[in-house]
Amino acid sequence: MYTEKVMEEFSNPKNVGEIPDANAIGEVGNAVCGDIMKIYMKIENDVIVDVKFKTFGCGAAIATSSMATQMVIGKTVDEALKLTNKQVLDELGGLPPQKIHCSVLAEEAIAAALKNYFENEGREVPDSLKNKCTGNCESCHIHDAK
Amino acid sequence: MKKKIYYFDHAATTPVKPEVLAEMIPYFTAHYGNPSSIYSLGRDTKEAINTARERVAKGIGAKPNEIYFTGCGTEADNWAIKGVAGAYKDKGRHIITSAIEHHAVLHTCASLEKEGFEITYVNPDSEGIIHPEDVEKAIRPDTILISIMFANNEIGTVQDIASLCKIAHKHDILFHTDAVQATGAIYYNVKDLDVDMLSMSAHKLYGPKGIGALYIKNGVRPDVFMDGGAQERHRRGGTENVAGIAGFGKAMEMAIDGIEEKSCYIATMRDYLIQSIEEKIPYVKLNGHREQRLPNNVNFSFRFIEGESLLLSLDLKGIAASSGSACTSGSLDPSHVLLAIGLPHEIAHGSLRLTIGEETTMEQMDYVVSSLVEIVERLRNMSPLYEDFKKTQN
Repeated sequence: MYTEKVMEEFSNPKNVGEIPDANAIGEVGNAVCGDIMKIYMKIENDVIVDVKFKTFGCGAAIATSSMATQMVIGKTVDEALKLTNKQVLDELGGLPPQKIHCSVLAEEAIAAALKNYFENEGREVPDSLKNKCTGNCESCHIHDAK
Repeated sequence: MKKKIYYFDHAATTPVKPEVLAEMIPYFTAHYGNPSSIYSLGRDTKEAINTARERVAKGIGAKPNEIYFTGCGTEADNWAIKGVAGAYKDKGRHIITSAIEHHAVLHTCASLEKEGFEITYVNPDSEGIIHPEDVEKAIRPDTILISIMFANNEIGTVQDIASLCKIAHKHDILFHTDAVQATGAIYYNVKDLDVDMLSMSAHKLYGPKGIGALYIKNGVRPDVFMDGGAQERHRRGGTENVAGIAGFGKAMEMAIDGIEEKSCYIATMRDYLIQSIEEKIPYVKLNGHREQRLPNNVNFSFRFIEGESLLLSLDLKGIAASSGSACTSGSLDPSHVLLAIGLPHEIAHGSLRLTIGEETTMEQMDYVVSSLVEIVERLRNMSPLYEDFKKTQN
């Protein structure tokens, strides 16, 4: 079902944990749906110097969290804003169709953390971050695959 | 080196016993005749079917002419329910079942709903028991069938079928039970239970896949399931799966031999597994009834983690198990059984079913428990739910 790369990320995920002095935190998904991703970032001068994650979810959710954090670490905020679920999928060698939403969740978790960064800094939130997942599955338009 | 497999999914299927396979092989090779043929090559296979029918009948206390072989347990459920619906639709169009049935029953009922039948789904209590008084309350003048599963495939709860059947008969309603999980696991006799129809499947009792049976009490006449030849007393046409039938007969004979002692032994093993998990892992919940339970079934919810990641981690350690998590079902909702017994979604997502068998050893169970301790801790340390929970504890 999963690619070797997905299983590798799932078995040995990178960047698991919390950052006590994080200045950007994003959380998406909810327990009812069975997926929650929480991203912690330490951003200095618009550069992401550290990222950690905690995820409640399936194998794909854990693998995409691990991959997405590796893809943004060391990047500038502007670069990280351009991260898409497609890029995460490509790095993982793809996911089964019913698991694509996990890669969307990873993109959204990164975006939620970045949005939080702009808010914490008192800066205007970029338009591209305004229509992202709020973590409220009840009103969700992205995950309504039901 | 081939990875060692720890098989803890006997409710999904079981390995075919060597004695069962030995009984089957001649019907692929030497005895290939069509049982409907008149010559001796056909008579041999006819004889094999008769022997198997007697063995299956004896195993459940039925008469041989009350056993009808089917392609699987699902077919037996379809036949019982759709067959009664078709035959009795002029009497009424209401059927009662439970909310925790296997999809073989639930989806059959849903298909009848589209044809204008009305279905009442009786809810279980929090341990998965369907109470006879709740079933009786659901009865209407137009109720034609009550179908309640003998033992649940996910949480293992065993129903009081005799009492449920009594309620049905008191109101002159037919009673069917899906006994796919119960057959071969616990002893029962259809005459004591008094059920009208009962579904079975060979591959749950160390027999082959692709063969099941429906017990139909003499005098009960559901519609013919498969139009065709004269096989299965004209009620289920199609050339018989002779090797499968022979295998089912042998598997039933072996399953029934000393069944009460075997059930008791496996239940002791099950209780050891349950106790070990409860002792070694915090924040777990046993799903299903503690005593009124299949001897081979263990089902736990592990809080703060999700079932699929648990299964994948177990698989990496060679352990085969199953989960009621949404991620393994292909839908967004977790198991209907776990939701019906009142588990919140997030707890239902973290469920794990371990089902043991005759060949399961204490060492295997200890290995599973020590693996679980490690995996659950690892996944919890990754879980934001656990992080939040720990903060509330401090």
